[in-house]
Amino acid sequence: MKKKLFFLISCILLYFNSLYSVTYNSEPKIFIQELVDDAVKTLSDKSLTEKEKNEVIEKIALENVDIKALGLYTLGKIRKELDENSMKNYQNIFQKYFLKSLTSRLTDYSSQKFEVIDSELKSSNYTIVKSKIVESVKSPEIKVDWRVYTKNPEKPLIRDLVVEGLSLARTQKEEFSSILNSNNNDINALISKLEEFVSN
Amino acid sequence: MRIKKLQIIFYSILLNIFLLANAHAEDECFEKVSRGVFKFNQGFDNIILEPVAKMYNKLPEPVRNGTGNFTSNIATLLSIPNHLLQGELRLAGHATGSFLVNTTVGILGLGNPAAALGLENQKEDLGQTLGTYGVGGGCYFVLPVLGPTTVRDSFGMVLDNNYLDAFARVTWHEKEIKNLSGNKLDYVGVKAATAVDFRGDNMLNFESLEKNSVDVYAATKSLYLQDRSKKIKNKSTSDDDSWGDLDK
Repeated sequence: MKKKLFFLISCILLYFNSLYSVTYNSEPKIFIQELVDDAVKTLSDKSLTEKEKNEVIEKIALENVDIKALGLYTLGKIRKELDENSMKNYQNIFQKYFLKSLTSRLTDYSSQKFEVIDSELKSSNYTIVKSKIVESVKSPEIKVDWRVYTKNPEKPLIRDLVVEGLSLARTQKEEFSSILNSNNNDINALISKLEEFVSN
Repeated sequence: MRIKKLQIIFYSILLNIFLLANAHAEDECFEKVSRGVFKFNQGFDNIILEPVAKMYNKLPEPVRNGTGNFTSNIATLLSIPNHLLQGELRLAGHATGSFLVNTTVGILGLGNPAAALGLENQKEDLGQTLGTYGVGGGCYFVLPVLGPTTVRDSFGMVLDNNYLDAFARVTWHEKEIKNLSGNKLDYVGVKAATAVDFRGDNMLNFESLEKNSVDVYAATKSLYLQDRSKKIKNKSTSDDDSWGDLDK
């Protein structure tokens, strides 16, 4: 009886979880178009509160952005010297920092029209999807390239956004490096800065 | 005479920094000073540039487009000799054609009919030209009002202003070229309009950068250096091999 009940509850939970879980096409070009359309639709949905919008965007990001790899990349060479506990603390705060800055950035640009133009296979691991934010009264046309990690072709993951040739991941990496350099490579100084950003 | 002496001293100092910089653009010349100047520039932006750019953005679109086209057309005068110095004869031809068409048919550059004719107008300066010769950026620093730069780029900027930029020769240096004359005010006016037009176009980008950075100074430095590298290589994609390290 207990087993049956457990099975029933598990099924119900799985069903409700699947209602909010979105699966996109695995072809990188279509994957980006579907994902951005979904994000823009969410952000412009007037029936949702800000909190609900952020929750949906965070869920999309958690499932489709390689946040763990991005965290390691932005940490630079110091990642090889960190102990397990420090790394865990860093990854934990990095995820929060990333989700907050992503939702803020997406909200800033959500009113603009977005078009996927082309894709370029860089290697078996990477495809660059080329897109643009269409010119508007607010801003001129902006080219946006997406670095998509395709090691598992069934589940592409976003690793970087390159806006007009400027990599957001690289910018973040150099920001972190500057903080680490001015604090004798102390990871706790970087963690505090990220905590400060998240709590503001 | 005195100005010439000062110029020689300035070039010598720049050249020395240039040679001693060991060509690592990631290195800072004097970070503490640069961070101070950066703060001053942020204040200047908050008090003067941003409010002016906000007012500028309220002007009718044709006025803003006209301003952007006008300043961009004048900048072509600097791009032409730099295309030639880079051996880019095709782009030099395009830029010359673009300048002639826009100045005449486009009424002093207010319109951009050259773009409709397929003429490219890619901006170039001596910093980029030196970059294509393989000269590294040298160390990085921030200039008051003018913003981020490197030893190479500031050295290029001085030479551009003194020798290569025909507009600067006529206005800032008040040299007459083929009966054309101007003054320093014309030069400052055009540069100010260029800055306001750029700031107005990037209102959202500046806001987003400030809001989402944990170290705005370092983020600005990174964006400046990436942008210069992209312009030197004439590539719009970012190459970063360190992504590969993650998968080993």
